[in-house]
Amino acid sequence: MKRPVVLLVIVVALALVFPWLAGPYALSVGTLILYFAYTTQAWNVMMGFAGQLSLGHSLYVGIGAYAAGALYYHYEIGPWAGLPLAIALAALTGVAIGFLAFRFGVSGVYFALLTIAFAEFTRIGFDHLSWTGGPGGMFLKVEQRETIDLLHFRGPPALYYYAMLALAVGALAFCSKLLGSRAGYYWRAIRENEDAAQALGIHVFRWKLLAVAISAGMTAISGVFFAFYYNNLFPEQIFNTSRSIEIILGSVIGGVGTLFGPIVGAAVLILLSEGVTEALAALGWAIPGSKQVIYGVVLLGVVVFLPHGIWPPLARRLGLRT
Amino acid sequence: LSFDLVANVIIAGFLTGLVYGLMALGLSVIFGVVRVVNFAHGEMMTVAMYAATLLFAKFALDPFLAIAPVAVVFFILGYALQAGLINPFITRPEHSQFMLLVAVGMIVINGLLMAFGPDARSVQVDYQLDSLEFGEILVDKARLYAAGVAVVTALALYGFFRFSLTGKAIRACADNHFAAKVVGLDVKRLYALTFGLGSVCVAVAGCALTLLIDVTPSLGPYYTLLAFVIVIVGGLGSMVGALVGGVLIGVSEALAGLLIAPSAKSMLSFGLLILVLLIRPQGLFGRKS
Repeated sequence: MKRPVVLLVIVVALALVFPWLAGPYALSVGTLILYFAYTTQAWNVMMGFAGQLSLGHSLYVGIGAYAAGALYYHYEIGPWAGLPLAIALAALTGVAIGFLAFRFGVSGVYFALLTIAFAEFTRIGFDHLSWTGGPGGMFLKVEQRETIDLLHFRGPPALYYYAMLALAVGALAFCSKLLGSRAGYYWRAIRENEDAAQALGIHVFRWKLLAVAISAGMTAISGVFFAFYYNNLFPEQIFNTSRSIEIILGSVIGGVGTLFGPIVGAAVLILLSEGVTEALAALGWAIPGSKQVIYGVVLLGVVVFLPHGIWPPLARRLGLRT
Repeated sequence: LSFDLVANVIIAGFLTGLVYGLMALGLSVIFGVVRVVNFAHGEMMTVAMYAATLLFAKFALDPFLAIAPVAVVFFILGYALQAGLINPFITRPEHSQFMLLVAVGMIVINGLLMAFGPDARSVQVDYQLDSLEFGEILVDKARLYAAGVAVVTALALYGFFRFSLTGKAIRACADNHFAAKVVGLDVKRLYALTFGLGSVCVAVAGCALTLLIDVTPSLGPYYTLLAFVIVIVGGLGSMVGALVGGVLIGVSEALAGLLIAPSAKSMLSFGLLILVLLIRPQGLFGRKS
């Protein structure tokens, strides 16, 4: 077998047995890593593959979470019915934003700021929407956590871990398929030079919309997971620009446009964040803000010294092609 | 809802808007020349606000007088930030620049949080509650002075860009980066100078704002977003646009706070931002690129 395949099999095997070895804390950290690995992979479809910078991906997480959450909260309709609705709503929102932006020639920084504007607009909108609890939040009922109830996506923490693992691996496979498909080639052509792509006869507008739709739809699944994992939703939390930044960080740190970069980036970031928290608590230096300062300094270091992220140089070290 | 009340709110919004405009002017100048969006803009202004409140607490220095030392320090910091960190990022993709400035902003806000804690700080000067009366219309003195300082600073900056040789050189860099290099301009130094000047706008606006609002570390991201809204509405890179955009946002937020709900006021701003981006992406006063 080829070296990359062997490595991948080892990592997935380790991830599969992880819940048996880990305590509850480690399991929650593992779930978080997979959550961010998946979500940043979804963002990467839009930016890394098609070159469209979104700084407002929290919008799609929020739409997914609130769509599935509200169905459950108001009508006791489980997540499996909520999931397709969430995906469809987020994809439609993404297409609507993309349609407007690309039709009116909004691109680059302007497009990025537009995505922030839509996310913030929606955040404040949800703050004033009493149907979903407004700023006071929406709380999903949790009847039990002991036995696995797949229908309502309820069960012990390991259930959520495996769900997220399946999503992360699924997204990896899906994205690798995408990259090898016609869409993947078209997207990269658009990313590198939109005018040239257009001149080659690529319907740039349509393919960009497809990237937004896929990215938004994938991100909505994170939202549904978020709703049923945390069981409480606040607009301030879920739509906040800092949530969008968290989603982006994994890809930027790991390597934008690569398949494994987002996963590596998410793992590094979560482990760093948790590690710093633990270390500061152990040293008794846990002043509010100290963790984020260290985190910020590390980010700065990575962005300055590893312009293409951690994964490309790491892959070379490991003897893999990138 | 009387006419006087609405008029008072509009005037207050107008004056505050001019100070917002000066803050946004800093962002606009930096983007117009360096072509980097300063995602740490509001965070930088929060630092200026803290500097003014500290100088007031320690030396009873009036925030308007604090402008001088704070502006000097901010010019140096801005220059150093551009020369040391951002210049190497000029040719990097946008998401890379974004991440760099987000990291800077994160360090700044949380550094402030570590140093001063989460509590709001403010200054109290004796003229703060005074107001000028024009019949039923009351104008806060502090707000009027703040707006005056903002306008004077903006005019000075305009004069610098219009008439000084260095200002002209900076505009040449903005118009054509490559040609500016060809004629022998030290583009990197001019970029650093521009970032320094943008930081001065932030410093002045921050000092003036301490008289109008209390400062907490968490203000940063909000003001960054506000600066984006103003600058996009007015036109990125346009000096007049930044001030007009500031006034527009200042008045519309004040009115929305009065007529709809205080918490909904920034929804209006973001709505306006979306509209402008779609209908006139270059902004009200921007040139088509």
